[in-house]
Amino acid sequence: MESPEPGVEEHYPDEWQYIKVALILFLITMAEVGIYYTSGARRAVITLMVFMMIAKFALVALYFMHLRFDSKLFRRLFVTGIILAVAVYLIALSSLHVWQH
Amino acid sequence: MAVTEEVKTPDSAPEEALAHPVTSTGLSNEKIAMWAFLGSECLLFGALISTYLLYRGRSVVGPFPHDVYDIPYTSVSSFVLLMSSLTMVLALAAMQRKDQRRMRVWLLTTALLGATFIGGQVYEFTVFYRAGLSLHENLFGSSFFVLTGFHGAHVTIGILMLLSLYTMSAKGRLAENRVETVELIGLYWHFVDVVWIVIFTMVYLVPGVK
Repeated sequence: MESPEPGVEEHYPDEWQYIKVALILFLITMAEVGIYYTSGARRAVITLMVFMMIAKFALVALYFMHLRFDSKLFRRLFVTGIILAVAVYLIALSSLHVWQH
Repeated sequence: MAVTEEVKTPDSAPEEALAHPVTSTGLSNEKIAMWAFLGSECLLFGALISTYLLYRGRSVVGPFPHDVYDIPYTSVSSFVLLMSSLTMVLALAAMQRKDQRRMRVWLLTTALLGATFIGGQVYEFTVFYRAGLSLHENLFGSSFFVLTGFHGAHVTIGILMLLSLYTMSAKGRLAENRVETVELIGLYWHFVDVVWIVIFTMVYLVPGVK
């Protein structure tokens, strides 16, 4: 999708689109809690939960925070923070692993 | 004779069509600052969530997560915070339509949903404390209370900002063209929501999967 011009807000979704996104978020949350109570296939359930979490995160960031419609610079600033946060986790995880062995 | 020079915006749009003063990037400086701040907040919460995950399963003494977690209760709490993001974005939409009365209704609803979430968190903390979990009881207690406590503090700050905005609008101190002020507070609020989306899955749900 073509990025809109800076400062122009007409590209933002209308109220019904926001409500549709909220409905999808609600359904994903219900599904998340539903699969929490299923037993067996632990690894598959966790993978599914993480995907659902990413989907919810993306929906809020793209539609409610308007990253889909706003300047790409905002997206870059936010994604940089997320990448650094994941890097922090991976570095700490690897450090603990090294210390333990 | 005074010569007036027309100021061209980067996209050649009239200046009054923009919601912010003309800048070299063509974007609002305040909005760039807010996104940079939110990017840095990702690091703060990334560190706190990482700490929780790295210490998971390393507590020597109880209570352990499965002893205290009440998933149905936290699910309702999460749903309340998720829906507050919807009401926040509806407040912004109302402000864009220059309908401040409706914006105030949505702002107040958002603040009330946020307060409900915080009330739920205070109750949860009380229950956990009575079950023997404290900040210094074990690694789980330390990392859990610091993480969720920081998040709760952010929600509380968000509620205060929402109420300030509500008061400004009610007193007629919020000009109709200050849509960006509502949007910036909205961005902060949605960020608090996305952080909870991660906390709910990684801290509450994933460890309890059988």
